[in-house]
Amino acid sequence: MAEKPSAAELKEFGDAADAWFKENTVRDPGFMLPLTFMEVSTDQQFDFLRDWQRKVYEAGFLGASWPREYGGGGMHSEYQRVATRAMKKYDAPIMINAIGNGWAGPLILDLGSEEQKQTYIKGMLNAEDIWCQGFSEPEHGSDLGNAQLKAVKEGDEYVLNGSKIWTSLGDRAKYMILLARTDFEAENKYKGLSFFLNPMKIDGISTSRIKKLTGEYGFVQTFFTDARISADCLFGGEGNGWSMAMKTLEYERGAKVKPVGGYFVKELDVMQIVELAKNSMRNGKPLLDDPVMRDKMTQYMIDIQALNLNNTRRRMPQLMQDKPMGLPLMNKLARTELIRELTEFSLGFQGTKAGYYVGDENAVDDGYWHRSYLNSFSATIGGGTSEIQRNIVAEHALGLPKTR
Amino acid sequence: MNNLGDIGTTEEQIELMDVATNFCRDKSPIDKVRALMEDDLGYDPDVWREIGELGWLAIAIPEAHDGVGLSMAEVVPIAEQMGRNLLSTPFGSTTIAAQALLAGGSGAQQAAWLPKIAAGTAATLALREDHGDWDLGHVASTGKETAGGIALSGKKQLVRWADSAELIIASVEVEGNVRFAMIERSELPDGALRREAIIDETARSYELTLDGVTVAVDALFDGNRARETIEKIELAAGLIHAAEMTGGSQAVIDYTLEYLKTRKQFDKIIGSYQALKHPTVDNYVEYEKARTHLYSAAHSWGEQGRGEVAVRMAAAQAHSSYSRAADRSIQFHGGFGFTHDCDAQLHRRKAIFDGALIGDAAYQRSKLAGLLFD
Ligand SMILES: Cc1cc2nc3c(=O)[nH]c(=O)nc-3n(C[C@H](O)[C@H](O)[C@H](O)COP(=O)(O)OP(=O)(O)OC[C@H]3O[C@@H](n4cnc5c(N)ncnc54)[C@H](O)[C@@H]3O)c2cc1C
Repeated sequence: MAEKPSAAELKEFGDAADAWFKENTVRDPGFMLPLTFMEVSTDQQFDFLRDWQRKVYEAGFLGASWPREYGGGGMHSEYQRVATRAMKKYDAPIMINAIGNGWAGPLILDLGSEEQKQTYIKGMLNAEDIWCQGFSEPEHGSDLGNAQLKAVKEGDEYVLNGSKIWTSLGDRAKYMILLARTDFEAENKYKGLSFFLNPMKIDGISTSRIKKLTGEYGFVQTFFTDARISADCLFGGEGNGWSMAMKTLEYERGAKVKPVGGYFVKELDVMQIVELAKNSMRNGKPLLDDPVMRDKMTQYMIDIQALNLNNTRRRMPQLMQDKPMGLPLMNKLARTELIRELTEFSLGFQGTKAGYYVGDENAVDDGYWHRSYLNSFSATIGGGTSEIQRNIVAEHALGLPKTR
Repeated sequence: MNNLGDIGTTEEQIELMDVATNFCRDKSPIDKVRALMEDDLGYDPDVWREIGELGWLAIAIPEAHDGVGLSMAEVVPIAEQMGRNLLSTPFGSTTIAAQALLAGGSGAQQAAWLPKIAAGTAATLALREDHGDWDLGHVASTGKETAGGIALSGKKQLVRWADSAELIIASVEVEGNVRFAMIERSELPDGALRREAIIDETARSYELTLDGVTVAVDALFDGNRARETIEKIELAAGLIHAAEMTGGSQAVIDYTLEYLKTRKQFDKIIGSYQALKHPTVDNYVEYEKARTHLYSAAHSWGEQGRGEVAVRMAAAQAHSSYSRAADRSIQFHGGFGFTHDCDAQLHRRKAIFDGALIGDAAYQRSKLAGLLFD
């Protein structure tokens, strides 16, 4: 692995990144930019973000610490950290290829064959090849282990039948990481599952767009009808699908494979809410003179500050001794629920204006708050619902029994 | 908003955390806590002596006064473990009194008392009055200059551990200004202290009648530093009680988890029911937030502005999470939860008492709002 850079080397790289993002970041292309990879709706948005990721990659600020032989920068992970910081500083748009760079890429780099690494990594970094995730099914979402999409081996092919749903970027993707059932007689539901690197643009696979609660598009239902894929698409061996799927989750914490860098989801700048509150009126007086709003806003400030500091505390094992898995496991639950509550709260600041939506000139901040509130559910539902998160914290941090 | 603090630790903090965790657990098993609830003094004098010998009362006292010369940041892990194990002693009141002396006492007053406190002498504060207002500047008791000194008058309430304290620092109004008077308990007339019935049965508290008490003029703190003294007391008390309540939250959540993992109904461990499981997770999340705020407040101790924001956030979050976790603990224990034997009530009562002493979560938030938004 690359050597740890000196402070001077890092600074030089950081300055270059800073200058690059300063010059190249477009924050207002004339249309609304998605805040997360799950919100990419129009062709215009898609083309812009894909192009943006390619530019960032080519400038050397994405995948900087992934191996050079597969298209990465081959540098120490500190460099990527510095580059990502510059991205954040200029509030740059998101990286679009989340499932590729965040999930499939680390898995392939960790466990894939030389050929797979050569085939897939570069194309996911430059966003030439968009990836999607085919885990959830119409009848099995939280109970993912029960997924039923059928993969039957015939010669050197698998034949796929069934359906996946809520597939973000499913209509744009070239590949899907797919969880399918290869053994219907396995001793338990998990052991019948296998994991595939599945091509999307083939006969027998079609997608149909689903309109989101915001009125935009972003995810699709994917249908598999006698779709034939090469047996080489199987990843990790038959019957190991569940453990592969669980592994992709581990990479999120960046333990085994260096993080690719960038971000796929923009964090809400909570301080903007304070500004909005300060600029809002109630009964002819500033909103924050209203004791109820004042008290609630203060409680939210306490929550925000706690979650921000939790991120630091998580890295201080001396302060985590009692239940070491507590902070890491509660983070998604606490953060996504807070964002949902906060954005909902912000609608209450707007008085009559809360009635407007994106697209009307009278809407506060072009409808940003309404859209943020509605979109906040993507995080309280997607990636494991808050209820499932509570089960996880209860069972894995607090030691409570499973619900049967 | 740049008055939000950070988080960090000192080596001493971590060491003290380890030592205090073991000490408080060993010295304060629950049957002993319950036995002491029936005891007049309310604590084990041997344990109190050991606390003195360990130098814990000296931590935040400067070396010049025989202290260790660290800060309140290092007191936090101790108070946290005391709260966790319901180890009630005059530790908190003495520590806060020492901070008051540091903020408002003259050189001579500090030299007379801080070394004694550092060595294990108990002290306390007499601040609260019948109006029930948390504002420490709202003082009705008076001090009048007479030939023999300052003649005090009025009643102070919720004077914790007053019968053990050698020194009582009382707020009184003298010629229109809030002043702090140092009273030696040995000089009090008979009957000046009345033990109060308080909601936290593990603590002891007294009403102090000031009428008939006269102190020397040089027993008053510096009049120019009254404001500073009030602020210091608020912060020190906020921090100590936030620490105790955070430790208490941890204890009551663990106590609840114990029951949820063992009690069965309908042939199932009740902890498998999400109606109990999910709120317990939520309470746990709130507790972890409190703990994070607590260490941030310890870390920001002494920083102008940030220090107060951090302490008030810690106090607000600790009080709300402790109250909630203990309230649910009662409920989740069913009929047993309604009994005096169930420990949930000990915590529920302590949360109420601590909130009454320093200002509850809503009060802390009202103070915070001014710091954050105005
Ligand atoms: C914006 C967005 C993008 C997504 N993108 C993708 C994607 O790209 N690929 C993909 O595979 N999936 C994706 N998903 C799907 C997502 O992972 C599932 O929606 C989620 O796991 C929930 O499954 P479900 O929709 O079937 O709901 P269900 O599992 O049917 O849940 C319904 C309700 O029941 C609750 N519930 C279920 N089980 C339990 C339990 N054991 N205890 C308590 N409560 C329970 C849930 O919390 C929820 O409130 C996306 C979802 C969203 C919202």
